[in-house]
Amino acid sequence: MKVNFAHKQSAHCESGVVSNLLRFHGMDFDEPMVFGIGSGLFFSYLPFIRVNGIPVTAYRIWPGQVFKRFSDRIGIKIERKKFSSPTKAMSELDKMLDQGQPVGMLTSVFYLNYLPAAYRFHFNAHNIIVFGKENGNYLVSDPVMEYTTEISYDDLVRARFAKGMPEPSGRMYYPVKVPGEYDVESAIWQGIRQTSDHMTRIPMPLVGAKGMKYLAGRLRQWPERIGNRQAILWLGNVIRMQEEIGTGGAGFRFIHAAFLDHCSAKLKNDKLFSISQQLTKSGDQLRDFAYYAGRVCKNRKSDTKTFAELGDMLEACAQREQAIFSELYEVSRSK
Amino acid sequence: MNKEHVPQDQENLNEGKLAKLYYATDEKGHYVKVNSIGWEPETVAMQQAWEVVNDDVKDAVELVRRGKASPLLYFIKKNIMTNAMVASYGGTAGFIVRLHCIPYFFNRLSRKRLERYAYTFRIKVEELTDIETIKKS
Repeated sequence: MKVNFAHKQSAHCESGVVSNLLRFHGMDFDEPMVFGIGSGLFFSYLPFIRVNGIPVTAYRIWPGQVFKRFSDRIGIKIERKKFSSPTKAMSELDKMLDQGQPVGMLTSVFYLNYLPAAYRFHFNAHNIIVFGKENGNYLVSDPVMEYTTEISYDDLVRARFAKGMPEPSGRMYYPVKVPGEYDVESAIWQGIRQTSDHMTRIPMPLVGAKGMKYLAGRLRQWPERIGNRQAILWLGNVIRMQEEIGTGGAGFRFIHAAFLDHCSAKLKNDKLFSISQQLTKSGDQLRDFAYYAGRVCKNRKSDTKTFAELGDMLEACAQREQAIFSELYEVSRSK
Repeated sequence: MNKEHVPQDQENLNEGKLAKLYYATDEKGHYVKVNSIGWEPETVAMQQAWEVVNDDVKDAVELVRRGKASPLLYFIKKNIMTNAMVASYGGTAGFIVRLHCIPYFFNRLSRKRLERYAYTFRIKVEELTDIETIKKS
């Protein structure tokens, strides 16, 4: 059984899965649209949550939220399921494929052997679509890949029932009802408003543009506080979170800027285009930061000066984003 | 980022399997999609993360060689897992897994328990208990 499914590559797994699934159901939303309406852009630095002893930095909203917000705003009804037994989860998947329904699911990257070995850490919130079964292998549309691939039954079971934080527990989802009519314009403004609101107006130091500033301040002290080796490891993690698949921080700035660009064309609003260009600059700045940080990691020299400079760069980014999203908030509030 | 500036660094860890998608601007500042085969800082950050893993594995091999740790520790490190993760695969508790990393307790494990651990690491029981190969690696 094989569903006639059109795969399109995307930069971010969750918005890519939503975009691909909806295209199958006859709704044409590009990836930036999904990401923007779902308010995917965010920043948070959570030093009290550690993964392998390294504090968590995220340049995006937590997994699952983009899809939820997007479907709420457009009015799509989604069926979500989670399982305790792998056999049941797989037979349910087969049933859906028999009905000609491609299914989105959460998996662990560690067991997806079509990805390059270097990417396969235990990251348990990767979204893929399974759209068919041939010769015992499942046909997979992984949004970060250029082409569709295959995965064996055993590997898919492992990936869907990986352990650790967060557990996928065989979670799968598919749209059951798509609306005939929907108001894109209001959804777009809701998306923009929430993103800019969360980036600038949450009264907590660890999230949004304030979070970036906070991280910049902490980053300057790392070499003294935790020693050279650790400081470089932590810095490496900040770039990894910024650039790796499905988490790319600067990449998200560009996706959001692309969203604003598309919206300005759609709504004939020039203001959005000029903000989009500013956001592009902010993304470029973040990439510069990653570039220098990469240099520091490569040379393994972390005198306090380099970290101070990196902190300054990040703080400049924070200021710029604060300005951009405050402006965006003002624009969206009147709509 | 201008589409001309999208990095295409040959030295990457993608094994030719992956060319990531980027959104980049054209001359007028409008967004288009561009593929990129790799970028240096990203590669450096990933290499660094793998170095930590490889160091851990090396340390584990050394401990196994000296008889201070059981093969279980080696396989946990090799699969980048934590005790808690292995425990939830094997249906036990984290501190039990830590005990089983000590040779004294590991050598007394039942066949059933060994099979569970072997299943966790996707290997055979013989491979799990084969200390000589680990010592050589």
